Amino acid sequence: MITESLFLSAVLFAIGVGGVLIRRNALMLFMCVELMLNAVNLSFVALSRVHGVDGQVFVIFVMTVAAAEAAVGLAIIIAAFRHFKSADLADIRLLGG
Amino acid sequence: MAIPMATQVQFWLFGLLAVVSALLFVTRKSPVAAALWLVNTMFCLSGLYVMLDAPFVGAVQVLVYAGAIMVVFLFVVMLLNLSADDLKVDLRSPGVRAGAVIVGILMAAEIFIATRVALPPVPALRPNGGNAVTEVASSLFRDHLVAFEITSVLLLVAIIGAVTLAKREGSA
Repeated sequence: MITESLFLSAVLFAIGVGGVLIRRNALMLFMCVELMLNAVNLSFVALSRVHGVDGQVFVIFVMTVAAAEAAVGLAIIIAAFRHFKSADLADIRLLGG
Repeated sequence: MAIPMATQVQFWLFGLLAVVSALLFVTRKSPVAAALWLVNTMFCLSGLYVMLDAPFVGAVQVLVYAGAIMVVFLFVVMLLNLSADDLKVDLRSPGVRAGAVIVGILMAAEIFIATRVALPPVPALRPNGGNAVTEVASSLFRDHLVAFEITSVLLLVAIIGAVTLAKREGSA
């Protein structure tokens, strides 16, 4: 079941990357990043069956970092939305790109 | 190691559901619908965790991801109140989409190669008779105690950062 899990994890990660590349809404981008983190968590859990329970501990750390990242990222999106009146990444040009 | 047929069916059911939900999540126009599909993906992943003998991580997945993080996302989606024309042009230009297809093909090749690589055999589960939570806890609080404590600082910084960023300019 481990090989299959790694396969699933890779597929989910690829879907997440595809989402980041395709979507333009900042919120959707963020959710795609969450999906990628989840995909990585799946491979951590799968490999923890081979390499001991440490993989599950890493998953807990990843979840903590994801929660912190979501809080700060969403605050940035809210601040940007207030300033630019849009959540579309094409409209957000802080660095003048 | 032979895996019972029913377990395999369950595993692929959860896996297939997770992938289909993820695809629907990426392609939905409305952020609310997308977020709900992502919650579904996370529930399926939680089921997979339980099947992979990590019930504690499965429970935490539902509580933290589906319960907390996605609810915050939904709050923000509704707070921003995106209008319909904001969502019409959500997909990027054809060039970028072609690039995404190329990345997808590369990753598919990677998956194909990964399935050729043999993994070491799985040892017997818990030879010393501990339970799942005990194992995670002893690893977390013994081997990774410093990292665990530093996590609290990270969370504090994140809270302060979020409050500072989301505060309206000019208000105290």
